[in-house]
Amino acid sequence: MPRYTRDQLLQLAKSQIQEITPTQLKEMLDAGQELTLVDIREREEWVQGHIPEALFIPRGYLELQIEQHQPDRSKPVVVYCAGGVRSALAARNLKEMGYEKVLSLLGGFNGWKDAGLPFQVPRVLEEAQRIRYSRHIILPEVGEEGQIRLLESKVLLIGAGGLGSPAAMYLAAAGVGTLGIVDYDVVDVSNLQRQILHGHSDVGRPKVESARDRIQEINPDVTVIGHPEPISRTNALEIIREYDVVLNGSDNFPTRYLVNDACQFLRKPLVDASIFMFEGQVTVYRPAVPEKGIQGGPCYRCLYPDPPPPGEVPSCAEAGVLGVLPGIVGSIQALEAIKLLLGIGEPLVGRLLMIDTLEMSFRTLKVQRNPDCPVCGDRPTITELIDYEQFCGLPPRVPVEARPNGSGQSVPA
Amino acid sequence: MPTVYIPTPLRRLTGGQSKVEVEAHTVQELVQALEARYPGMADRLLDDSGQVKRFINVFVNDAEIRTLQGLETPLQSQDQVSIVPAMAGGGR
Repeated sequence: MPRYTRDQLLQLAKSQIQEITPTQLKEMLDAGQELTLVDIREREEWVQGHIPEALFIPRGYLELQIEQHQPDRSKPVVVYCAGGVRSALAARNLKEMGYEKVLSLLGGFNGWKDAGLPFQVPRVLEEAQRIRYSRHIILPEVGEEGQIRLLESKVLLIGAGGLGSPAAMYLAAAGVGTLGIVDYDVVDVSNLQRQILHGHSDVGRPKVESARDRIQEINPDVTVIGHPEPISRTNALEIIREYDVVLNGSDNFPTRYLVNDACQFLRKPLVDASIFMFEGQVTVYRPAVPEKGIQGGPCYRCLYPDPPPPGEVPSCAEAGVLGVLPGIVGSIQALEAIKLLLGIGEPLVGRLLMIDTLEMSFRTLKVQRNPDCPVCGDRPTITELIDYEQFCGLPPRVPVEARPNGSGQSVPA
Repeated sequence: MPTVYIPTPLRRLTGGQSKVEVEAHTVQELVQALEARYPGMADRLLDDSGQVKRFINVFVNDAEIRTLQGLETPLQSQDQVSIVPAMAGGGR
């Protein structure tokens, strides 16, 4: 067996592979040439900056992982390190694996930077975050990239009540970076049977404030944006516009139609749920976004074109609700929101999940988009927000201050 | 006989029963059979013109009857019919 010194081995490698200059590589990338560009440096080097198009596979994992990214041996692969030495050796190993066209970047990343070519500094997780989210990162469907995406995501919760409580807590724990909460209510002792965001000592405090405290205790990575005001036709678009996904935990029909219409107009996915006694419904209303290849599903109005007349459907306050039920339903909403943010799995689009906890049955029913829907149909007749109290046959909303009990609820649920 | 899943808000009429079996060959017949056994049911399900109310969906197995043949949708003995009304509760 031949024995080589470091320099001889390098010499040998260079004689077996091809090298390209940073300018040549830039030209290939600009020309849109199909190639797999791999940064084989260590993590500490990668996080300082890398060539924008590059994949990150540290040298030690290169042979183990390259096939996942480029199984076709006939396609060109370009590898680079800091100065061009490690990548020459790495390129030789890829040749041994049968890759026919392996190129090593002369001068490596330093040469690239010295040539004044563009590079980017990646967003990476801090060490403490890598530990906190380790059970997510290890899932191939999430990974570090997915976790970063969650941290950069914004989810709006309509209501910090029964459904909003577990949803907010799980989304916070999962590291969804920004949680908006719309709720102008204060914590009442009768809420505590199911609204686990709030505790006994929070009674009398605004819900957005006790929610913020609880969320920050779960995960300080999360920014909470409180919207302690009723959501209405005057502010709905402005509020919802800032978020990626909306979770509906509202307690009344006017708000449900309002949030549906606003999400449709802004093309935001809406994870909708409602509960009653021992029963829950969950579904996802996702508007079409053709430029992102997202096919639209039905909306709330496709399922329920008109609201029930006031008083026909009893509210939770009148009929009661088992405290654990919103825990299940709100957790499912959080899960659906995370799936939408990560683009994984099959979200509940066009499917209505019916949960009956007395029978303990979960059934899924198909919901179709109604081509005659006034909002999401082929010829929409409602193209801006309307008066939802009037639409639901209710008197106009009275300002909070003017209410004798100060609870400010348009319809208690 | 087809099985009907009764949603919680309507269980007052069925004495708390969540599933009932009724002899019917169409959804229309099913509503009539429910009304005969649980008076008041038709009123809760149908509007003045005899159509299913617009905040209620009736599914035969997993498909909504408006996507099938409406109240004329035929029923087989193994069919599962679900009545799904709009609910607003968010647990406030």
